[in-house]
Amino acid sequence: MALITYREALRTALDEEILRDENVVVLGEEVAQYNGAYKVTEGLWAAHGDKRLVDTPISEAGFVGMGIGASMLGLRPVIELMFWSFAYVAFDQIVNNAGCVRYMSGGLLNVPIVIRGPANGGTNVGATHSHTPENFLANVPGLKVVAPATAYDAKGLLKTSIRDNDPVMFMENTLLYGEKWEVPDTEYLIPLGQADIKRAGTDVSLIAHGRAVLTCLKAAELLAAEHDINAEVVDLRSIRPLDEETVLNSVRKTHRAVVVEEGKPFCGIGAQLASIIQEKAFDDLDAPIGRVASVDAPAIYSPPLEKRQLPDPQRVIEKVLRLS
Amino acid sequence: MPITIEMPKLSDTMTEGTLLRWVKKVGDNVAVGDVLAEVETDKATMEMEAFDDGTLSEVYVSDGQTVQVGQKLALLLGAGESKPSESKESKPAESKPSAPASKQSDAQKKPDAEKKASQPKQPESPAPQPAKTADSEKAAAAETGQRVKASPLAKKVAAELGVQLENLPGSGPGGRIIRDDVLSAHENRAETGTQAPKPAAPTTPAVVPPQPVSQQDVQIQLGGMRRTIAARLLEAKTTIPHFYLQAEIDAEPLVQLRQQLNTANEAAGLPKFTINDFILKATAVAAAHVPKANASFAGDTIVQYGSVQLACAVAIDDGLVTPVIRDAQTKTLSQISAEVKDLAAKARSKKLKPEQYQGGTITVSNLGSYGVDQFFAIINPPQSLIVSVGAILKKPVVNAAGAIVPGQRIVLALSCDHRVVDGAIGAQFLAELKRLLETPALMLV
Amino acid sequence: MHTVLQSPGESRSTINEQLTKADKIRLLRDMYRIRRFEQTSLKYYNLGRMGGFLHLYSGQEAVAVGSISLLGENDHVITAYRDHGHALAVGMSMNECMAELFGKATGCSKGKGGSMHFFAPDKRYWGGHGIVGGQTPLGAGIAYALKYKNIPGCCLCYLGDGAINQGAFHESLNLAALFQLPVVYVIENNGYSMGTSQKRSSAYKSSLAERAEAYNMAWDVFIGEDLYEVRNRTNIAIERARKAQQPTLLEIQTYRYYGHSVADANAKKYRTSEEIDDYKNNHDPLQIFGKALLEEEVVTQADIQEIDKAAKEEANAAVAFAEESPLPQESDILNDVYWEVDNQTEAAKHGSYFFNN
Repeated sequence: MALITYREALRTALDEEILRDENVVVLGEEVAQYNGAYKVTEGLWAAHGDKRLVDTPISEAGFVGMGIGASMLGLRPVIELMFWSFAYVAFDQIVNNAGCVRYMSGGLLNVPIVIRGPANGGTNVGATHSHTPENFLANVPGLKVVAPATAYDAKGLLKTSIRDNDPVMFMENTLLYGEKWEVPDTEYLIPLGQADIKRAGTDVSLIAHGRAVLTCLKAAELLAAEHDINAEVVDLRSIRPLDEETVLNSVRKTHRAVVVEEGKPFCGIGAQLASIIQEKAFDDLDAPIGRVASVDAPAIYSPPLEKRQLPDPQRVIEKVLRLS
Repeated sequence: MPITIEMPKLSDTMTEGTLLRWVKKVGDNVAVGDVLAEVETDKATMEMEAFDDGTLSEVYVSDGQTVQVGQKLALLLGAGESKPSESKESKPAESKPSAPASKQSDAQKKPDAEKKASQPKQPESPAPQPAKTADSEKAAAAETGQRVKASPLAKKVAAELGVQLENLPGSGPGGRIIRDDVLSAHENRAETGTQAPKPAAPTTPAVVPPQPVSQQDVQIQLGGMRRTIAARLLEAKTTIPHFYLQAEIDAEPLVQLRQQLNTANEAAGLPKFTINDFILKATAVAAAHVPKANASFAGDTIVQYGSVQLACAVAIDDGLVTPVIRDAQTKTLSQISAEVKDLAAKARSKKLKPEQYQGGTITVSNLGSYGVDQFFAIINPPQSLIVSVGAILKKPVVNAAGAIVPGQRIVLALSCDHRVVDGAIGAQFLAELKRLLETPALMLV
Repeated sequence: MHTVLQSPGESRSTINEQLTKADKIRLLRDMYRIRRFEQTSLKYYNLGRMGGFLHLYSGQEAVAVGSISLLGENDHVITAYRDHGHALAVGMSMNECMAELFGKATGCSKGKGGSMHFFAPDKRYWGGHGIVGGQTPLGAGIAYALKYKNIPGCCLCYLGDGAINQGAFHESLNLAALFQLPVVYVIENNGYSMGTSQKRSSAYKSSLAERAEAYNMAWDVFIGEDLYEVRNRTNIAIERARKAQQPTLLEIQTYRYYGHSVADANAKKYRTSEEIDDYKNNHDPLQIFGKALLEEEVVTQADIQEIDKAAKEEANAAVAFAEESPLPQESDILNDVYWEVDNQTEAAKHGSYFFNN
């Protein structure tokens, strides 16, 4: 076990997969000679060269679409978006082409592509650079959506995503790139569609993905220390496919659920989870399902206020207390 | 083969079209690509082209007629072909599914209506199944026009344990019954053997909710506790026939005893007693001595409790709660004093557990510390009696010798549920309370 | 970069000299097959047998048949929503195409794609794409994969004149030129971006293909009514892609006889009947190639009539096939969404993929 950053975990995943499969090619803005806008790909160009690490122009619709086309012929492109916010100019390519061509061809082709990059607010870069589109993308049957919260999950899930034969939208977080976790030195994979209990508890289930998982873990510590409430934290890890059973089993145990996300509340991931929980575990609920999300407005720039806009442990705690 | 020309579908949204004008007439020769007619669709006027060569033998739809897509418009005959027999080919247009659609749906409606009519009638008043929570819940809802608000889990657990939800106080937000409420009711029932059913809820008069009238006014959303207080006290005040008794007691002996005990406690480093501690202790003893006052109305029966579960009103930030001192008749003054302090602290920090505020059998409410002389509290259902305690007042009194001397007095008041506690019983309880407080040593025996 | 190597009169030389008599008959037959397939599909669309849109290719046949006839086993095709002609030209059967229009399980996309979304990866035909210009980055990507894998092939990526104003198209041109991708973009310029004429929709100097100049990309523009000419000029671009791994932007001027789609209510309003008739009478690619083959004595008039009749019969047989074919099952709705799920792989064993309660 080594203590490495989320960024290093992603980098080693890319490095290992580039070595493992000659069809893996990393494309994106500044991924090669610049060593990555957020240094995720640092050193990979020097190690693997021009063929495997490709700097693209600032042209998301173009290079995302190009990656999709190349994947139809068997390449495994890993497309880096400097921000997932920039996916919006490539939305037609992602949704209509990556998401739908398999279906529209009656299953004749498939799109083994990974599109990855940070999707988070909290860095005071304003609304245009702070989007969290996992709900938009998970709404498209044909796409898969993954959002790791730790370095361990980031590495295992990215390797699995690259080997997956369907398009995987991989959501990272710039605020986590520098955070460290224990990661095994030996190779491992984490299947998509398998949630992880990050903290076991008995009184309420906090269900989240990405950085919101860490928010929930902090909230859980405070709930235990100050309110004698033992919260369970369920990390979805993958949003589509979704590990419904782990979520439902947790709620069946604790009888209370608060779903937490850094996205906006309307039609968010939490809305889908709440719907599933109330439908499939109704008789196990001892309180309404609570939701915590970003305050429902475009991401505000003002640094102190953006902190307030995103879910924090205090908001999770308040929601839990209001349910009991 | 003769070719039937039908109303074409000329756009993705077209369902019917108007044949504006036949360009070709009966008898005209037609070649592929020739315009046969002009058709008005939902979007525009379009030309209807021929897909086959031949002679226009017959038209079924005249200029200006609107028909459904697919309806026959004309017959085209190839070279040397003749019209097919009437019965087979030129079926009238109305036999196409589109035109008679309304008829068809009429026909479909009929059997439906018949089906409904022939269905067995539901019995007017189905026999109630008291054991089943869901049914009794529905029955209660029907009777009172109010829904029993319980969590899904509470409903499930209630059904399993056979606990009736409609008499349960809910401790969840908005008075929702949660699992713990059901469990503690189940435990209580095991202890007391029965449950007091909820009296019929009042019909709340329809009032226009008040609105803020000026800029200075604020509208405060009801919290869960406020909703519970509002609902339960409205119910108590409007459904319980309250009557009130009051008596002034001589507080001198009580004040003196308290002084002595507190001096001793202070020396021993023990906490001091409050006047309220004595009143709680006296209430517990009096309730044990007059068990008819420690009871609940239960519809067909009265439940007379074998123990005193002494509730004590505690004001907190946004409302009040009544934590319960369990089996208070068995507890010493010191125990009661310590317990009420602890409960009040928990109440203020909102850490009371349901079992700490549920299942009281009699309540004491003391506004003495606010300087209130006297008042009558509203009964805390399903209890039948609440003791209202005023402040200690220094005032002139006529003593046993007939002289006017300075005295210390407290006004005690009772609010009683007349269905359970008659005037004489209330008076007996109040007299007992007075006796104990004026001769506090009696409480110790 | 605009280099016209030959005048139209010389187009029967070079690449076309390699054509055998049988090849030529096959090319004529392919054009008739497309024409009759589409007329038949329109007939049954009008009869209400199919849904959605139907974007007909009639009038443009020489472009698809001529250019696709140049392709070999390493070459690929991708196009937009007016895709029936290309589908038949790459060798897809009328049956699977007609059944797709009828929404049947035997359709090339099992009834899941419809008119705009025909695919045949086994014939290196990558669709059939509904969004204007949306296929152009995919075309670059196919070429990218060929180059990455050192396969000496190219990708023909077709688009309409309406697509040239989409951002994705310009991004594709930039990437194709920047990365030196073996892709040939073919603008099939039928003069109308739906109902808006070229002049009213595009800013240009001399031609639409000239925009390639800005990307330092080779380009060419020519009239596509003569199949020989299409082959001749397209082959130059294909060779450039295969041998030099250089992209080209071709603009092939052509004409569609029908509206933008069957839903084009104004098909005969933004164009005059005289204009349409002029093309049908004087510029029809079937007539022009038929006449050429008559002159070459490759075929007789009777042969052409026989070819036409066979094409009609094939189209009618395709209708019979489509009508007799079963509809997709309701359970099929959830197939072909995820490869891992369809193939019941280990990866698909975790989690829920569909959320239908």
